[in-house]
Amino acid sequence: MSNKEQLQNEELQQQNANFEAEYIDENVAYVADSKFKSFVKKFMKRRTAVVGFVIIVLLLILAVVGPSIAPYDPAAYNYDNMFAKPSAEHWFGTDHYGRDIFSRVCAGAPLTLGVALSSVIVGTIVGAVLGLLAGYYGGWIEMLVMRGADVLFAFPDILLAIAIVAILGPGIVNVFIAVAVFTVPSIARMMRSATLAVKSSLYVEVAHSLGCKDGRILFLHIFPGTTQTLIVNFTMRIGSAIMAASSLSFLGFGANVTDPEWGAMLSQARSYFSTAPHMLYLPGLVIFITVLAFNLFGDGLRDTLDPKIK
Amino acid sequence: MEKNKILSLKNVCKTFPVGKTLLGKPLNFVHAVNNVSFDVYEGETFSIVGESGCGKSTTGRLINHLLIPDSGEIWFQGKEISKISQDEMRPIRRDMQMIFQDPAGSLNPRMRISDLIEEPLLIHTDLDKEERMKIVNELLGIVGLSAKHAQRYPHEFSGGQKQRVGIARALTVNPKLIIADEPISALDVSIQAQVLNLLHNLQEKYNLTYVFISHDLSVVEMISDRIAVMYLGFVAETAPKELLYGNPLHPYTEALLSAVPIPDPDYKKERIILEGDIPSTINLPKGCPFAARCSKCMPECLETRPETKEVEPGHFVACHLYK
Repeated sequence: MSNKEQLQNEELQQQNANFEAEYIDENVAYVADSKFKSFVKKFMKRRTAVVGFVIIVLLLILAVVGPSIAPYDPAAYNYDNMFAKPSAEHWFGTDHYGRDIFSRVCAGAPLTLGVALSSVIVGTIVGAVLGLLAGYYGGWIEMLVMRGADVLFAFPDILLAIAIVAILGPGIVNVFIAVAVFTVPSIARMMRSATLAVKSSLYVEVAHSLGCKDGRILFLHIFPGTTQTLIVNFTMRIGSAIMAASSLSFLGFGANVTDPEWGAMLSQARSYFSTAPHMLYLPGLVIFITVLAFNLFGDGLRDTLDPKIK
Repeated sequence: MEKNKILSLKNVCKTFPVGKTLLGKPLNFVHAVNNVSFDVYEGETFSIVGESGCGKSTTGRLINHLLIPDSGEIWFQGKEISKISQDEMRPIRRDMQMIFQDPAGSLNPRMRISDLIEEPLLIHTDLDKEERMKIVNELLGIVGLSAKHAQRYPHEFSGGQKQRVGIARALTVNPKLIIADEPISALDVSIQAQVLNLLHNLQEKYNLTYVFISHDLSVVEMISDRIAVMYLGFVAETAPKELLYGNPLHPYTEALLSAVPIPDPDYKKERIILEGDIPSTINLPKGCPFAARCSKCMPECLETRPETKEVEPGHFVACHLYK
């Protein structure tokens, strides 16, 4: 018996030695192909997403350096050159005060993108955490979060934002708060249903059976399963956030009407649509491209995060 | 040699609410597990067999504290665990791991194999990354995979390989008891044999105790030391393998065994065909749960539930035929 045992032990040791050898090889390969690197590699395969990503990067650069690269002073009136069509001097033409529209778009980028992005990020984080907790724990937490969301849902988005700004007073910071608040309920509701779906999956039960703590189950097992829906919703909210921030500016609740905020520019251009359509469609095109870029990027990111898609 | 009880269930019951009245009170209850009692000894393979919906998986989940019994006691290594909190249960889980029926579903699709197998170590030990990876790679070898597979994702593996990962994960913290809930029923027959052999070898190597839940009687005959037959949430008969297959006492066990195919075309055997359907688990029959389909049903079977009696040493049966 001892002989047999010895043989078995030797066999086992040999096996272990083999695996260690392989493990060391594997370790080298592991360092060479880190998680981030393979992620980038996979993302680069998605052409449209890469285009979206490039546009977003350009827009962000524009938001940072935009005001300083604007060819004209975005606030300078020029009554000799009103409603000028797009030309070599004025790429996007001029508006009803003769201000250069391209310069105004550049100068407005930090304002528009800043408010939209930051408010959606904050709103999404709050909404996602609330939705996760509601879906996972259920009971009174779920009751509180979901009924709260229902109350906010009872108002049309823009009316809710107006109400919040009316309470807090006008100003760009309050627009940010208003847009963030109206992002919360839809993200929370979406996140709750995504959490419920993942929570009932077998691997979450396995995690319980292994003895995982709630925090680990929530953020390591459930949250990654919801990121696909979350990212798509996040990118879509950016579009509506840009619109909402612009609408508020138009109504005089947000940015000053004279500020080169994209939405405010659109709203003003509305009155001159028949005589100077470029005032509307060029800034509109910029908003369209911005929203599209975020959507394309979101789609690509979702596919990249899904390990089942090559 | 004195055998040590590692696990002991005493009159365990579990019901699930179904439907709700306007006030949110449950309308009815499904009686999934009723008065189940059995002991499991160290180093043995204890199988629970029965048809779909007889409560065998629920029993497994009750033992693993994934479900809390309504009444009854579950003793594991001399400790009553059925009513303790999740935090108190955590250290105990180190000695009690579970293997699940669906190998694909039981692995988080977003985690690499190494992360999956490593997880119990992260929860139950303070080893550093290098030590953990060493154990992971060792285990991959033991279950017949290689360290090369560690960085892959579950969907890159076949069903049998995934189940091996599940087994490796259950082994990481050197458990004493493994609850295997139909671990091979989702696999091809050839792979079933491999996984069964693996489980058998591991048992010898690490002196594991298995609670093996299955509906496949030939598999159960091959691997078990003792077997419990469940019907409608009740244990009908508990016996060592030889006694149960050689001398089945409960009419349900007889019917069940007569359904096992025997690979011999000349062999003529009498099959006992059960009439009727399984009674509803919402309204349990008043008497013996099997009475309505039993060929040997007596008047008292419909009136009173049979007590579990030890008919011969180690052979327990709940039937009025045996007094």
